[in-house]
Amino acid sequence: MSKATGSLLEIRSLCIEFPSRHGVATAVSNVSFSVEKGEIVGLVGESGAGKSTIGNAVIDLLSPPGRVASGDVLLEGENIANLHGEAIRRIRGRRIGFIFQDPMTSLNPLLTIETQLVETILATLGGTREEALNKSLELMKSVGIPEPELRLKQYPHQFSGGMRQRVVIAIALAGDPELIIADEPTTALDVSIQDQILELIRTLCRERQVGCILVTHDMGVIANVTDRVAVMYKGNLVEMGSTQQILERPQHEYTRSLISAVPRTDVKLKRFPRVEYIEQVQSRSIDVKNHWLGQQDESFAAEHKAENGILLKVDDVNLRFQTQSAFLEKNRRYVKASDHVSFEVREGETFGLVGESGSGKSTIARIIAGLYQPDSGSINYAGTDLTRLSDKQRIPFRRQIQMVFQNPYSSLNPRMSVHDIIAEPIRFHSLARPGRETDGIVADLLDHVGLGAASGVKFPHEFSGGQRQRISIARALATRPRFLICDEPTSALDVSVQAQILNLLKDLQDELGLTMMFISHDLPVIRQMCDRVGVMRYGKLVEVNETETLYASPQHEYTRELLSLMPHLDNLSREGLETEPEREVALA
Amino acid sequence: MLLFLARRLIQGLLVMLVISFISFAIQDNLGDPLREMVGQSVSEAERQQLRDELGLNDPFLVQYGRFMAKAVQGDLGTSYFFKEPALDVILGKLPATLELVFGATLLIIVLSIPAGVYCAIHPQSWFSKAILGWSILGISIPVFLTAILLIYVFSIELGWLPSYGRGEVDLIFGSWESGFFNKDGLLHLVLPCISLASIMLPLFIRLIRSEMVEALHTEYVKFAKAKGLKLTRIYYLHALKNTMLPVITVGGVQIGTMVAYTILTESVFQWPGMGFMFLEAVNRVDAPLIVAYLIVVGAIFVIVNTLVDLIYGLINPTVRLAGKSA
Repeated sequence: MSKATGSLLEIRSLCIEFPSRHGVATAVSNVSFSVEKGEIVGLVGESGAGKSTIGNAVIDLLSPPGRVASGDVLLEGENIANLHGEAIRRIRGRRIGFIFQDPMTSLNPLLTIETQLVETILATLGGTREEALNKSLELMKSVGIPEPELRLKQYPHQFSGGMRQRVVIAIALAGDPELIIADEPTTALDVSIQDQILELIRTLCRERQVGCILVTHDMGVIANVTDRVAVMYKGNLVEMGSTQQILERPQHEYTRSLISAVPRTDVKLKRFPRVEYIEQVQSRSIDVKNHWLGQQDESFAAEHKAENGILLKVDDVNLRFQTQSAFLEKNRRYVKASDHVSFEVREGETFGLVGESGSGKSTIARIIAGLYQPDSGSINYAGTDLTRLSDKQRIPFRRQIQMVFQNPYSSLNPRMSVHDIIAEPIRFHSLARPGRETDGIVADLLDHVGLGAASGVKFPHEFSGGQRQRISIARALATRPRFLICDEPTSALDVSVQAQILNLLKDLQDELGLTMMFISHDLPVIRQMCDRVGVMRYGKLVEVNETETLYASPQHEYTRELLSLMPHLDNLSREGLETEPEREVALA
Repeated sequence: MLLFLARRLIQGLLVMLVISFISFAIQDNLGDPLREMVGQSVSEAERQQLRDELGLNDPFLVQYGRFMAKAVQGDLGTSYFFKEPALDVILGKLPATLELVFGATLLIIVLSIPAGVYCAIHPQSWFSKAILGWSILGISIPVFLTAILLIYVFSIELGWLPSYGRGEVDLIFGSWESGFFNKDGLLHLVLPCISLASIMLPLFIRLIRSEMVEALHTEYVKFAKAKGLKLTRIYYLHALKNTMLPVITVGGVQIGTMVAYTILTESVFQWPGMGFMFLEAVNRVDAPLIVAYLIVVGAIFVIVNTLVDLIYGLINPTVRLAGKSA
């Protein structure tokens, strides 16, 4: 075996195939790139681009029937592309460490951290248990876990998400590898923790001169830590270059459209630019003004008018959940999901709620939508306190307030056709005559959200994530709501699809005069979508302000912290962007 | 932990109350106990008097109240046939049944875990397919048929194993008659245990296989591979431990059920246990004994389930912690 002077890892014309009954699917075709010692190479692309597949192929972890069809993977000059069994096992952990996406599932829940670390050290480096234990302690310290002696004896469920990912990194480093493959290491984490983990990976790579392949879909992550970037699209490597060059002067058309779809932190755009290279949208827009959709129930609207332009008023809302049950009241523990929260939403505006996971932003949304009943406080919608209404009295208000949920995979009933999913609220509220009229409205809705009337006969599983979110939006619109709550509507989607969905929501708001509440953990998205923003933390609303003011001069310490953690994407190419002239909030 | 046990105790008592009520309620429909107790020559007047003495003419709730008052003191009535306290009769038969169930459980554990794991790891091998094919057959054949086939082959044709009874037994702990400590007793256990296990074994193999297949597809198994661990460690530690969680839950209930299944096995093998006794008691309309049997079996069920939950808590750290702090 020749010790080449070349790169740490060199991938040459790699092709990966998944043979199936219907022929061979090529997941990765003819990809070549290299990684040097101490260098972090970003592998970026959207779902299905084949970026994770490359990482898995390097250490022979492709899920069957996937296989490396051709090409070489050279680890310090040694070809490991076709090693299997015992031969590749000696490389795993020992020479190439792996970090998976979700720290919640990559640790075995039934074994202590000590067991999982020590077994890795024994399998890769050998030695005695004693030595392995000492090394475990050392590793725990180096990834920044306090009280390592105590923590080693604990089980994964006793760690927070960020701490678990640190443990995973410690395990990945256990065999003193030369290369680390990190597959979306921060996707499942909050921004503040994402920042820490990325910082940790960067420091460790520099200090130990370890090469790193960082697989991600997130341009912010790329901008923060990588030295060079490889852009993948449908199994092909379309462009490779230094991080700066890719972000500022992208050459390939796909890279350009991908970057233009990234929500920006520096300027507010009127719309996201049309993203090419993505699922085709059939649009036959309807004239909403004269359509059923645009016509409100006049008598209800006359009775329930927004007062002084304020459509919804949340006043001192409290809700706590019991986290520990006990016989005696004093032993019970609660978490305050909503702690004296008050704010107003003006008619026609988009009000944003931002915060990290567990901050209570979704709880507020659910209280407003009537899915939770608050312990105290009132939800005032156009002059009516919703919390005092009986279930039956509440029905007409439920029609007014609709919700788009986060996960497009679980919020649609898989046993119902798309037509039935959208028609259901119309039928329930008897908004249209059954039969031809309802069918026509559903078809128009499908057309209008860009799916095409013909998709009505299909079932949810036949659609991609972005298309499903369009179905969710059509379903929410079917009751002709005035108030639309979007709870993280794009967090499960790719950037380019996210851009489309956000554009759709903006258009719909303009056409229908919707008032929106937009919930997200993603500050750039909030900036692009909202007129005013509330920042939440531990169930409390810490700051509310106009979006531009909030981003320019945050008042609360936590807001400042959050803003400082936003990925710095200031130098992104501005090609083809339409910036928005100072838009005035329509005060009705 | 204490709270957990206290809660289980209350739940268990409630269950026992319901079981006692139901089993006491059905005894009215079992037929006339006097027909079995007294001869043809006894006149109707004397029968009526005996009924009064036994309290059989009182309203149902009065009878139930009287029964419960005694039951809490450990008196489940007197067997009409044995003329002894029903509980003593049952406890005398209990060791035989428990040993049978224990033997069958041992057999199931020893065979089902390796077989299930093998089938999960080597889904394509002909041996796995043979095991799974056979398991369908095993589920489909009723216990009594398996038992009769076993007796025919091993006792009658080959003459290797005894076909009925417990054989020699030793007394341990004073009153427990055990067949586990001498050769004759062990030989007598073989066929009954196999036939009792035959209905549950395939179920366990299939359960372990499917849970193991699921465990092998988890992220932590993939991560364990990426860590460079040997496959044997991944299979037998990482995957198997997670496989056992649902198996223990289902398994506990099934082992309880096996106590009931002994009725068939014990009848075929003339095994002097509770199941055989229960069948005789039904034939003799020995109502107190039937009621006592149902209550004892119910109690065994409750105890087994509590034990299973405790073991589950030992394996699963998430549950253990919740139990402690609650």
